[in-house]
Amino acid sequence: MSMRTINFSLNGEPVSAAIEPHRNLVELLQRYGLFGARESCGQGLCGCCTVLVDNNAVSGCLYFAVWVDGKSVTTVEHLDAGGALSHVQQAFVACGAFQCGFCTPGFVLMTHQLLKHYPDPSDEDIRHYLAGNLCRCAAYPEIVEAVKRAAKTAPTRTGLPR
Amino acid sequence: MKQIGREIPRLEARAKVSGRAEYTHNLRLPGMLYGKIFRSTVPHGRIRGIDTKAAQAHPGVHGVVTGEDIRKLIAEPYYGPAFHDQPILALDKVRYVGEPVAAVLASDPHVAEEAAQLIAAQYDELPAVYDEIAAVQPEVLVHDVLRPAGTFADLKHLQGRKGTNVALDYHLRRGDADKAFAAAARVIEHTFKTQQCLHLPFEPHVAIAEPDGDRLTIHTSNQTPSFVRIEIARLFGWPENRVRVKVPYLGGGYGAKVYVKVEALAAALAMLVRRPVKIALTMEEQFYTITKHPTTFRIKSGVDKDGRVVARACEVYWNGGAYADIGPRVTQKSGFTAAGPYDIDNVSIDSYALYTNRTPAGALRGFGVPQLVWAYESHTDLIARELGIDAVEFRRKNILRDGRPQASGTVLKDAAIGAVLDALAARIGWNAPFDPGSGTLRRGRGIAVGFKASISPTTSVAVVNISADGSVYLYKSTVDMGQGSDTAFAQIVGEVLDVRAEDVRVVAPDTDVTPYDMGTLGSRSLFHMGNAVRLAAEDARAKLRALAIEAGLPPGTNYPAAEIFKKRYGMQAGNVIGMASFVPNYTPPDAQTGLSDNVTPFWMVGGAAVEVEVDTETGRVRILRLINAADCGKPVNPAVARTQLSGAAVMQLGFTLSEAMQLDGGQVTNASLADYKIPGIGDIPPMETEFVAAEQHSGPFGAKGLGETGTFGVSPAIANAIHDAVGVRIMELPITAEAVLRGLRAKAGRPLEDE
Repeated sequence: MSMRTINFSLNGEPVSAAIEPHRNLVELLQRYGLFGARESCGQGLCGCCTVLVDNNAVSGCLYFAVWVDGKSVTTVEHLDAGGALSHVQQAFVACGAFQCGFCTPGFVLMTHQLLKHYPDPSDEDIRHYLAGNLCRCAAYPEIVEAVKRAAKTAPTRTGLPR
Repeated sequence: MKQIGREIPRLEARAKVSGRAEYTHNLRLPGMLYGKIFRSTVPHGRIRGIDTKAAQAHPGVHGVVTGEDIRKLIAEPYYGPAFHDQPILALDKVRYVGEPVAAVLASDPHVAEEAAQLIAAQYDELPAVYDEIAAVQPEVLVHDVLRPAGTFADLKHLQGRKGTNVALDYHLRRGDADKAFAAAARVIEHTFKTQQCLHLPFEPHVAIAEPDGDRLTIHTSNQTPSFVRIEIARLFGWPENRVRVKVPYLGGGYGAKVYVKVEALAAALAMLVRRPVKIALTMEEQFYTITKHPTTFRIKSGVDKDGRVVARACEVYWNGGAYADIGPRVTQKSGFTAAGPYDIDNVSIDSYALYTNRTPAGALRGFGVPQLVWAYESHTDLIARELGIDAVEFRRKNILRDGRPQASGTVLKDAAIGAVLDALAARIGWNAPFDPGSGTLRRGRGIAVGFKASISPTTSVAVVNISADGSVYLYKSTVDMGQGSDTAFAQIVGEVLDVRAEDVRVVAPDTDVTPYDMGTLGSRSLFHMGNAVRLAAEDARAKLRALAIEAGLPPGTNYPAAEIFKKRYGMQAGNVIGMASFVPNYTPPDAQTGLSDNVTPFWMVGGAAVEVEVDTETGRVRILRLINAADCGKPVNPAVARTQLSGAAVMQLGFTLSEAMQLDGGQVTNASLADYKIPGIGDIPPMETEFVAAEQHSGPFGAKGLGETGTFGVSPAIANAIHDAVGVRIMELPITAEAVLRGLRAKAGRPLEDE
């Protein structure tokens, strides 16, 4: 199948890739050794494949790779690029907000986005905003706790990701 | 510093929150091919032909493989833990819609998937049977002949049995139930049913088989690496040491990934093409792989004039689908607890594993116990209502207490059933005034307790290695699929050797390196492997002390390990290897009576109390409070234990209220997360979790397993609460709004028409 060349920013670095138009964003990221976004349900329902494109969360399993041409892509692996875990990641660790960890990168990225819109979220805000992320281990009570903890420990209340 | 009881984060916490944890899902090997599966479209039929020409000719396809191709490589290509009944790819017959029939290999998974759709198979269709009760009559035979595996000695008598769909029948006879029923003041009988549902780990089944000369390495997302090694070696007729099984973290398991699932196919394909082959199922394909048993449970109790249960008869039918998987073990191991955690002198239990033309059923978080508790705790509630006795009081009157024999004859020990019941009643304020609501919103409360035996016979082996600088390794084949076993074991090692748990290196399962373990299943790891780990650490400690004496250090002094090694070897060199196996005592049930004086090494005990609100106009049920109480012995890491309990309860909440595989003509019609509803964050009720004060004296530092405990009470507690709220009794899972509305309308004398 014919290849298309795309240019985009990946976790802050400019990159260029030749890719077939039917590949999705998860497959593109795998070529760069990035496995934090995972295709699971394949229908954009579980949130395991969450990736930020121009700072908006998308389902990487439904998002064609070629669509990131000219855009900025941020994955979970970027959050601790500076060496330290983000406040959201720290909160997830402190609250034990996961079991198997397969869905966790999606929850972590969505929580960053949630806190951008709701710096001081209520339980209802959290449940509404994270409705598109599923956790089969059902660490939901701990996730709600982690989001609240992250809100309290946010380094700044603007900007995302750090 | 004390390590037991510390609420440390999981050892792999950082890797998991940063997306860098290792899963088989991520793994790619040079030269690797992807195998995609062509599946049966008929529920039961003889294979007339499989046309693979178009698929073979598809650009980019490396090859297409059928069952007959595999039969040339492996003469008897059938696998399974209890029965060798499941072909790697269908042979002669297909037995359910979705059964693997052929596989396409290509280096691009999309190409393999596309080509798989070009395969056409012709079948001579046979009548099919889907219902467990219908399958008791041998009108449709799913298998022509039974093929029990050699693994379990008590299945030998089934070898070669013909003309039946009953894979296993288990019978227990205690006292004289018939006589007790005849003498009872009241005899009360009900039939309860459960639906087919499934695990759905978010990392679906995945394995890569990698040939290396006359050896094979299998990288797999599997809960039983030692079993996979033995089973794959058996299929090829090899010694165990030619198969190496490596397991990183699992993206969920819940019982879906016990024993062999996709590993045999990956292995056979890899040996045929002599290249690494990856089989990675999609979410949809999980619906054609392994499920939870649907059941029909007829339960009858005789009660005396004082409200004591004097007799109970249980008939349980387990719908095992087309292949036995571990269903026969579920039938027996859970079967003997079917009469519930009550002190009943006269018990009869008949438990049957049935073959049907459905996706196979196996172990799902509770190994059959949640289906049993659903029935016996709904039944118990109904008896209390009929006798006009308070439901908690009735349970207290009949509850099984330590020192009394369970139905199997095994005397109960370290099973805090009464304490769990008391904790639930206290927390929900059972005796406090309660607002039952008014108008169209009615409230009710329900309670349920259950118990489960641990698996036996079973073996766990652990190795603890102290290196020359004093740093410590633990080698074990327990799989950490999110339950936190690596962390708990590190805490046990740390406690014995006086090191921080965070500093213990826990080596991932690799059968070339880590020793045998039966499997990560049935909540067995913390108790069984935990005991082996503790003993191995104590062995290492004793050997280190011996080394100190060898090095001329005075006995009883507390030299750091590094100094002992340096003194003994003259430099930073050497190791101390501590090793232990743990094999609990066990008496197999008597073949005739099903009785045993030592049927389990420990008991899991858990229960739930719920408060619900029912909308009488729509049948919608809202859970206002969900309280879990459990006897976990002394938790090693209470924070991790709490998440395990609440996670199990939420999973069971899904099986109670929404999850059900729908079948039409044998075809699953809702094989996706869009149509099969699992709990999301918006479905979580306010939850409370309580460990009752308890100790498992034979467990490591007083602990016992708890991965399944949170599931036990949820379903019947909800049904009991709905009855309390609106007087409607639901006899079959799931409890949908429609089911409740139908009940409400029937009660009002205005039944809804059938679909």
